[in-house]
Amino acid sequence: MQRIGVFVCHCGTNIAGTVDVKAVAEALGREAGVVFSTDYQYMCSESGQQLMRGAIREHKLTGVVVCSCSPRMHENTFRKAAELEGLNPYMVEIANIREHVSWIHKDMKEATEKAIILGRAAIAKVHLNQPLQAGESPVTKRALVIGGGIAGIQTALDIAEAGFEVDIVEKSPTIGGKMAQLDKTFPTLDCAACILTPKMVDAAQHEKIKIFSFSEVEAVQGYVGNFRAKIRRKARFVDEDKCTGCGLCTEKCPQKKVPNEFNMGLDNRRAIYIPFAQAVPKVATIDPNYCTMLKSGKCGLCAKICGTGAIDYKQQDQIIEREYGAIVAATGFNPIDAKAYNEYGYATYPDVVTSLELERLMNAAGPTNGTLLRPSDNEHPHKIVFVQCVGSRCEEERGKQYCSKICCMYTAKHAMLIREKYPDTEVYVFYIDVRTPGKNFDEFYRRAVEQYGVHYIKGMVGKVTQNGKQLRVQASDLLAGEQMHIDADLVVLATAIEPDKSARSIATMLTASMDTNDFFTEAHPKLRPVESPTAGIFLSGVCQGPKDIPETVSQASACAAKVIGVLAKDKLTCNPCVASSDEMLCNGCSSCEKVCPYGAISYSDKEFRGPNRTTLIRRVASVNPAVCQGCGACTVACPSGAMDLKGFTNKQIMAEVDAICK
Amino acid sequence: MSHSNNKTEQVLRSAGVDVRKCMRCGKCTATCPAFEEMEYHPHQFVYMVEKGEVEKLAASKSIFKCLSCFACVDRCPRGVEPAKVIEAVRVAVVREQGKNHFKPEQIPAMLEEDMPQQLFASAFRKYSK
Repeated sequence: MQRIGVFVCHCGTNIAGTVDVKAVAEALGREAGVVFSTDYQYMCSESGQQLMRGAIREHKLTGVVVCSCSPRMHENTFRKAAELEGLNPYMVEIANIREHVSWIHKDMKEATEKAIILGRAAIAKVHLNQPLQAGESPVTKRALVIGGGIAGIQTALDIAEAGFEVDIVEKSPTIGGKMAQLDKTFPTLDCAACILTPKMVDAAQHEKIKIFSFSEVEAVQGYVGNFRAKIRRKARFVDEDKCTGCGLCTEKCPQKKVPNEFNMGLDNRRAIYIPFAQAVPKVATIDPNYCTMLKSGKCGLCAKICGTGAIDYKQQDQIIEREYGAIVAATGFNPIDAKAYNEYGYATYPDVVTSLELERLMNAAGPTNGTLLRPSDNEHPHKIVFVQCVGSRCEEERGKQYCSKICCMYTAKHAMLIREKYPDTEVYVFYIDVRTPGKNFDEFYRRAVEQYGVHYIKGMVGKVTQNGKQLRVQASDLLAGEQMHIDADLVVLATAIEPDKSARSIATMLTASMDTNDFFTEAHPKLRPVESPTAGIFLSGVCQGPKDIPETVSQASACAAKVIGVLAKDKLTCNPCVASSDEMLCNGCSSCEKVCPYGAISYSDKEFRGPNRTTLIRRVASVNPAVCQGCGACTVACPSGAMDLKGFTNKQIMAEVDAICK
Repeated sequence: MSHSNNKTEQVLRSAGVDVRKCMRCGKCTATCPAFEEMEYHPHQFVYMVEKGEVEKLAASKSIFKCLSCFACVDRCPRGVEPAKVIEAVRVAVVREQGKNHFKPEQIPAMLEEDMPQQLFASAFRKYSK
């Protein structure tokens, strides 16, 4: 028989306001096996823990039940306190009478009754608890960063600076991400390339960082400390080691009609290309969809002129396997497709552009060499209309419910830069709200209005139509109570941003959870913002939610700190609550193996003693405790009851149910 | 904001619209082709019904200037459906005037082959008590 102590927490008035804690302590004190029962204002406080430790010593407790908040909050606190008194930490159980009782019920009598029932269930479980010993697993001291934008680069640099190896896997031919496409950055207006490219170079030159560009992660196996990833190095048909990035091939290639994705399709590139001058690695890539040689076997010009013999038309995709201790998702974002917003005419009129396209039109390395010319006729626009919240804060299917966070600021930036460079240009910004929380952000926006004379109009654009060479913009001015008709030369849509399309499949691969918008979910929205709920998976940048550059960089560094915390350890303590199979009951059906999401279960033939001194060979399951995450899927799938979860055995759970139904 | 008066409640019920979803962006008014003709504009219908000021709307000619083109419904990013609110105010006014514009026995004479039967059903609902 166990000697159980029960501790009922008031949690200030959080619990005691709705639950009669004294009555709970008294009722549970009468349960079989309970030798001590009390209530206390804050069990998690130092003195609360001392109270528990004293009781363990004095009453020689073999089990503890704490009726308090969710085990996610303080289970660990109480387990550690019990361990200090020599009690196995897994002999401590929590009855959640806060989230499951006091916070959701109003009637004190009913709430108290329910708290007693949950306490009884926990007591019933403790009666069947077994001491469990946590094992240890080694840590591979290398991190994988998926995505080479500013978030991935910053995380990688910080991890590498701490002395650990990092691999960056980037699916496009160069790292740099969206920031490389930007012209200037708010609120200081420094040039994006000037502050980004040194970081790209740092990453390339760092002896601890390896960049796999034009590569994608194909599969991930394992668990925290011991991941194994398959990386597909897509064929770029150029030998990365031989190519010097001289760019001769990209000038001579006769296939000139390839939409240039780096310039948002506003101009063309060649079939062999280097995305931009500061690309890292500065290596050419052949686009197999357009290369005449790869499509028809005729041409081969680039191979002929290449001084180092780097061109290799026969190059194949390569799969490499690498081991990691931690994985960072830094998969970033894309603007949504503005074509869905038919009323703004994005698909119809070339002079309706998105903000990212405008970035390219204003960038010195862009299609117009930094002179703002409108796409239809290469003329200077003299009247520009900006439309905010295109697809953001939108409950329709075509939009996103969330605020994309960065558009207010970059639109103020665009408006200001245009007024600065072309003072004869009139700029209108139609807004629903101007959202500028951030250091020096509101000052920045006010400068656009007060110093640069940008017309901010509270209202929305209803439609955009053609009017001769111009675009007729019909909009509302809500403060004046008017409908406006502006003949504009250029219309800029501040399109919502969404997680990169690859994020969903990567999340599946990493068994990391996502929200309905395909942003990665953090382990705790306030207290664990850079960790995924899956151990060993960390989040950096916009893949977790919309962010501007300063915020992305801070979060990327925070993420690195968490990764370093894992890699710095030589051993990780494993969760001892893992599945195990009773070989005598196992019928070898493979049901558990099929449902295991972690690949922790394997089957082997084993010899058993049969009747009359015979030997039987039977196929039985075994669980790798280092890989098992204790999800319990196998225990449910097992038809013969051979599979059980330590700490949550079928018997323990049935005992809890019995106690509740008593 | 009070929804206390009966007419507001009637309008809200017959419109089937949650006016609290409106985020005051004004896209409905921006898109409205009858803007010049109307004293109160689509976003004001939504806002004033929320404030319980249906009487002002009911007294205005705006309710008969709305073309029921549903452009505002189509483009509202929050799914508020302003045109349904306008329609609800209009119906409330027509019904209150107490006139039966239609009698059931008039209908057979009006039937035309090309005319959708639905039109009659909805007109009957709207224009008779």
